[in-house]
Order: sequence, then structure tokens, then C-alpha cells
Amino acid sequence: MTLRARTWLCAAGALGVAVLLVTAFLRMPEFGGTLHLYRDLALPAAIARATPNLVSSVNFDLRALDTLGEETIVAAAVVGTLSLLQPSPAERERIEPQRGYVMPVVKLAGYLMLPVTLLLGIDVVVHGHLTPGGGFQGGVVLATGWHLLYISGSYPALKRLRPIDWCEYAEAAATGLYVVAGLAGLVIGGAFLANVLPKGEFGSLLSAGTVPVLSVLIGIEVAAGLVVLLARFLGQGLIREEDP
Amino acid sequence: MACYGVAGWLLLIGAIGIVRSRHLVHTVVSLSVAQAGTYVLLLGIGYQDRAGAPIVVQDQRRPVVDPMVQAMTLTDIVVSATITALLLGLTIQISKRHGTVDPDELRALRG
Repeated sequence: MTLRARTWLCAAGALGVAVLLVTAFLRMPEFGGTLHLYRDLALPAAIARATPNLVSSVNFDLRALDTLGEETIVAAAVVGTLSLLQPSPAERERIEPQRGYVMPVVKLAGYLMLPVTLLLGIDVVVHGHLTPGGGFQGGVVLATGWHLLYISGSYPALKRLRPIDWCEYAEAAATGLYVVAGLAGLVIGGAFLANVLPKGEFGSLLSAGTVPVLSVLIGIEVAAGLVVLLARFLGQGLIREEDP
Repeated sequence: MACYGVAGWLLLIGAIGIVRSRHLVHTVVSLSVAQAGTYVLLLGIGYQDRAGAPIVVQDQRRPVVDPMVQAMTLTDIVVSATITALLLGLTIQISKRHGTVDPDELRALRG
């Protein structure tokens, strides 16, 4: 099919979808209105379990099973990308750091921001049940903060401080422990991933039962998975262009 | 209402981007744009005028926006990020095997 024919076909389809969307939107509840059925159910449930962050409460308590699925998607994507980006033996020999020029100020900023970013990432993960954030967000901050070393131009340092093997183990272990926490809920509480730990005082660090535990597990899983993913992509980028 | 319009627009323009794409990285980015429409739609559904963020205190009086759709947006972002990683990995392999990243030039399968 030529590009022109394809574009016309697509335009017709897009028009149809647009009509469907508009008719659907016209029958939706008013934008910005007060009708939010799930919110009205989630709010008392979260307060009863001492979880100030409602989104974390939904993710790691009310719909914790969905989060297990999400976590499995991340793990599957990492495994898939690992197998897709496996360098061939010939390529493996060519992977070597290229020395480029990095402005000193970028270097300095990278080194200054590295500890700050890592601390921030840990803080976001650990306080996931109290403040905005949680395992997914904090994990991404941790993994990308780690790569400030790469931005600062020290790929050898990144390679030394990036234990890929351990990250792969940590990712698998965190995924497995999430299931173990779910089974513990099944044994003690009678439901898979039931919130069985003591609820604690509202707003304190050790509260909300299993929510912070699951949040930290997800944080480890996401951080380790992203480090592995980025390592593979960086490895591909370092295969030199001129080689066939 | 305009919010829903933006969501629908992003979805459609992303889909058109995929169809008209001449470069596989462009295709992947277009998919991300289409998916961004779903974020806007979800957050738009949960929005309430003059409501606060869903971080509450024990005797919460002020209304908050819907946390359920925010959690679903998070799921959406995770799926989008992992799909993007997988597709970019595929793109790298295609570029190595076929020497091209134009979807129209990819005719035959090659092992």
C-alpha cells in the first residue's frame, strides 16, 4: 500500500474513532464535577489503614494484585530487552568506553547531584505511604540518579559501581518477595496480599501495615530493572559506528 | 470538556504519526504520544474543581481528586515505558540485521 493510500485509510479510521470518542465524551460525567465513586470508597479505606497517600493505598493495598501484575510486566520487559540486546561475540569485543570531552561544570554538577539524587530516591521510596511518591517513582529516581556518573563522563566509574549481576538478582528477589508477602497475607489474613501487619499511628514512618513494605520491594525492583535496561542500551551505544 | 478533547487529539495524532512514520524511532515515539492521550483522559476523569491532592490527614474535610485513576495512570506509564524499551531494543536489532529503519523498506523476514 502506498503512503498516500495508507494516509487516506488512516484519516477515515481516525475520523470514525473521533466521532466515537466525541459521542462517548458527551455522555461522560461533567468535567471537574463532584461525582467520584471510587474516590468516595478509597478515602475511608485508606484512612482506616493509616495510609495518607491515597495513590499508594490504592496501589499497594486495595489493588495490590494489579501492582504484582505491573511488576511482572517490568520484569518481563527487562528479560525481553536483555535477550534482544544480547551483543554477539564479535560485538562483545568492541564494547569499550569512548573518551569524549565533558565540560568541567557538567562534571561538577553531576558529582554534586549524585548523592542528593540517591538520597532523594531513597526518601521517595521509603516515605511512599506518607508523601507523594512510592516505589515506582523512587525507583526511577534512584536508577537515573545512578547514571549521573555517565553524564559526568566517567563511564569506567559507572561500570565499576554498577553491579549488573546483583541488580539482576535484586530484581528477581524483589519480585519473588512481593509474592511471598502476598502469601503471608493469604495465610494470616485469609486473602492474597491482605494488609496484615500492624497499622501503626497515622502519619508515622512505621505505619500503614504492608504498604511501605511492598512499596520498598517495588522500589528495589524498578531501580534494579532500570539499571539493567540502561546498561544494555548504553552497551549498544558504545559499539562503534564505523564497525560493520 | 476541552481536557477530553486534548486526550482524543493526542490519541489520534499519535496513531496518524505511526501510520505516516518513515523511521522506526519515530514510530515508537508516536506510540508514546498516543499513550499520553490516555494519561490525560484518566487524569481528566479524576479531576474535581477546587479539590486537593490525594494526600490526606486523619479527619479529611476538603475533597480530594480521584486517586484510583491516578493509580491507573501510573500503571499506564509503567506499561508505556516497558513497551518503549522493548520496541527500541527491537529497533536496534532490526537496524543491525536489515541496515534500515524505514518500516516501508522492511519487506522480507531475515533470521
